[in-house]
Amino acid sequence: MNKVRVWQRHRLGFAFGLVILLVLCLIVQLVHLMLFRSDYYSEKADELHERERDIKAARGRILDRNGVVLADNLTVCTVSVIHSQIEDAEEVIRVLCEKLELPEEEVRTAVEKVSSREVIETNVEKEIGDEIRSCGLAGVKVDEDYRRYYPYSTLASHVLGFTGSDNQGIVGLEVVYEEILTGTDGQILTQTDARGIELDGAAEERVEPVAGSDLVISLDRTIQEYAEQAAEKVLEEKQAKQVSIIIMNPQNGELYAMVGVPEYDLNDPYTLLAAYVEEESSEEDNLNRMWRNASINDTYEPGSTFKIITMAAALEENLVTLEESFYCPGYRTVGGRTIHCHKTQGHGAETFLQAAMNSCNPVFIDLGLRLGVDVFYSYFETLGLLEKTGIDLPGEAGTIMHEKEDMGEVELATVSFGQSFQITPIQLITTAASLINGGTRVTPHLAIAVQNSEGDVTETFTYDAGKTIISEETSETLRYILEQVVSEGTGRNAYLEGYSIGGKTATSEKLPRSADLYISSFLGFAPADDPQVIALITIDEPEGVYYGGTIAAPVIAEIFENILPYLGIEAEPVEETQSTEE
Amino acid sequence: MARTRIRKKRGTYFFDYTLLFLIIFLSCFGLVMIYSASYYTAQLNLGDGAYYVKKQATILLGGFVAMYVVSRFDYHWYVKLAPLAWALALILMILVNFTPFGIERNGKKRWLGYGSTTLFQPTEFVKIALIVVTAVLIVRLVRYLDRWQSIVIFCAVTLPLGGLVLMNNLSSGIIVCGIVVAMYFVASREKKRFLIAAIVVIALGVAAVLMADKLVDWNILEEYQGSRILVWQNPEEYPTSGGYQVLQGLYAIGSGGFFGKGLGNSVQKLGFVPEAQNDMIFSIICEELGLFGAICVILLFLFMLYRFMVIANNAPDLLGSMLVVGVMAQIALQVFMNIAVVTNFMPNTGVSLPFISYGGTSLLFLMVEMGMVLGVSRRIRFE
Repeated sequence: MNKVRVWQRHRLGFAFGLVILLVLCLIVQLVHLMLFRSDYYSEKADELHERERDIKAARGRILDRNGVVLADNLTVCTVSVIHSQIEDAEEVIRVLCEKLELPEEEVRTAVEKVSSREVIETNVEKEIGDEIRSCGLAGVKVDEDYRRYYPYSTLASHVLGFTGSDNQGIVGLEVVYEEILTGTDGQILTQTDARGIELDGAAEERVEPVAGSDLVISLDRTIQEYAEQAAEKVLEEKQAKQVSIIIMNPQNGELYAMVGVPEYDLNDPYTLLAAYVEEESSEEDNLNRMWRNASINDTYEPGSTFKIITMAAALEENLVTLEESFYCPGYRTVGGRTIHCHKTQGHGAETFLQAAMNSCNPVFIDLGLRLGVDVFYSYFETLGLLEKTGIDLPGEAGTIMHEKEDMGEVELATVSFGQSFQITPIQLITTAASLINGGTRVTPHLAIAVQNSEGDVTETFTYDAGKTIISEETSETLRYILEQVVSEGTGRNAYLEGYSIGGKTATSEKLPRSADLYISSFLGFAPADDPQVIALITIDEPEGVYYGGTIAAPVIAEIFENILPYLGIEAEPVEETQSTEE
Repeated sequence: MARTRIRKKRGTYFFDYTLLFLIIFLSCFGLVMIYSASYYTAQLNLGDGAYYVKKQATILLGGFVAMYVVSRFDYHWYVKLAPLAWALALILMILVNFTPFGIERNGKKRWLGYGSTTLFQPTEFVKIALIVVTAVLIVRLVRYLDRWQSIVIFCAVTLPLGGLVLMNNLSSGIIVCGIVVAMYFVASREKKRFLIAAIVVIALGVAAVLMADKLVDWNILEEYQGSRILVWQNPEEYPTSGGYQVLQGLYAIGSGGFFGKGLGNSVQKLGFVPEAQNDMIFSIICEELGLFGAICVILLFLFMLYRFMVIANNAPDLLGSMLVVGVMAQIALQVFMNIAVVTNFMPNTGVSLPFISYGGTSLLFLMVEMGMVLGVSRRIRFE
């Protein structure tokens, strides 16, 4: 019988030794892979398994100065189906058709399509989304999302602006304060199998979204509403193209209202209003025209309201006194050109105060010529007329002024009463406010503070206190003159019983002059001795009577009548006014 | 009963309960791992998460019966069937390689059957047949083993089968050849010849790795074999083509860490590692049980091999010893190659992990082999 030989045992032992050696190699390889390369492979594997889903962060709201929400978020749902998870396709189709009120073929096509995820409907109201979710249908996903919502739809549309499909600001404040308003999206990391299907019960890693901060603006919803109503009324009465109103606090530049009627619907910004349709323009151009904020984006010839600036410069330079006598023959010849007064037969002999009250062009031409190009131009610079106001809204237009070198006597003369150059309404009202508030240049603005969702202020906006541009004394004289303009001059239609109101009218003829199109405007402030509110109205292309004093001034009076008591500025007893008249 | 009878006749006999325990433990552990690795995909594709584990458990039960029956036989009796087994193995390999009875699965013609019914993988039968045939040959030729004539006889007997298996698939070919060489090595006294052979094999291996491109050009290696060598060197450059399986396995192994994610918590089995219950099951073990679990499994196999060695060393005669050495060589080779492939220690080739990987034929013949080994251990007499 063959026994197992000793050498065979040794050889087997040797073979086993080889096996141990090989096994050790494997263990070394395993240790290498599972300890030293573990992080690397784990990360690679996680990348493979994890599926990211964004959780949309709510956009910050926009609040008016009293906390009224002007721009809010609406929770909406996106309903989608995941083909591979659907169990009862017929039931899914039936429920979705019923709840979403969609045609069956449309839903059927989407449900039966072999895709990882098929969106059925977006912007579904939350209630309907909740109903669908409560049906508990396998394979139907209802994801919540936010949509911008403007509770007052058309209110301050040209100021607020609106957001795009990704909730990003497109125009207005929405785009200027994008960084503050926009939140940080969160994420859900879920594990998936090889087909990309999320696993039930797998731990979800969640990064919570951070909502954007709320923006508090100086706008006052009530004042804005009054102003819009008044603007709409005059727009309709005068069949005007557009009416803009700016209402501001002249002491600090806070804007209470900024109106540009017709206002468009912020919840439906892509529907073109008939008023903005121009036949030869493309749809896009028409939309852009509708979204423009005329008070900021467009310039115009200010006309007589600019005389405030001419007056201020002349008074500050001591080139004129209120009592100085002038004579208006109805025209002035400057540099060989005859420039007419609006009253062609002339105002005759008048003091400077009366000339201001009459808005007499020849007298202001005299002032301009007395100032001379150098001095007048230096005032444009000091007053900030040649720069932008720095308002926190996008697309502010600059002033279109003659170059100093090109400014001859004729140009000097026409500029003196507000013609032959263009500025924006916001520039005019800001400059006027700075002149009557005691002479401090203000920065017009809307944003006041940033709040978190609990209402705690996290950031306050500060604006340059501004440099002094004219003396307090000149400012006081100006206020006096402008009060006289309203109480007895061209601006008397803005007179309001019990209030002292200052103001200046203007009627600008649009270019080309032959078209006979006008912009009527009125700039008013109250109370005249200590201005708390200043307003500028511009009526673009009114039909019929187009004099600013006739059609623009009463609108401001009406607005002041409503908002002055609202702002806590009480009317003085009527008797006193009567006694002054006596 | 039979046992007591033998004991009465011949005194105290040995039975390797340790090995029996290892067999039961490893095969049951295999069931658990198959269930864990296949549940998700089986539920998804077949609607029954326990599909694979049920099939495997049924075969395992049959395997235990086969093991018991074989262990009761005297191995001196069934080795007489060696020529028959050799002839049958040859016929089966010819059938699977050259006739329509060979059935392709996943692009590999490894199964024997007809039409839609598949029976088994003949290569698994070839392994056991060759172990028996080689053992018988060694016993017959033991005195002249190192003569060239003997080597010629060896080659004449084993090469036709080995060649057919090698044609069928490389990995089984390597294992079959490895078994024969290992058995011959243990029985022989020759040293120089093996040293030279080992050096030649290693040199060829290194050459194949270094010149994979050229070998493919010269038609010595198949296109897919050449690309496997390239993938092995840098699996991350072929993430979608050849490297996918290896890379997914590495992700599974690497993400296991020291103690693993816990039984059942593998993510890579969710369709990432293709057919996780088959050849790649060790990567799921690593992911779920960690380095600790993986080393435990390896040590269990090592311990099993040690038991084989003990039985082979104490076998009553050379025939029994050689049978056990053959089985030991097969298991050692399969375990090493499987784990080496999964850990990208060597180029990819399909070898299943004994007792653990899903696969009926493999498990059934393994249990028969265990029956043989236990049968040999029963004949060991305490002296």
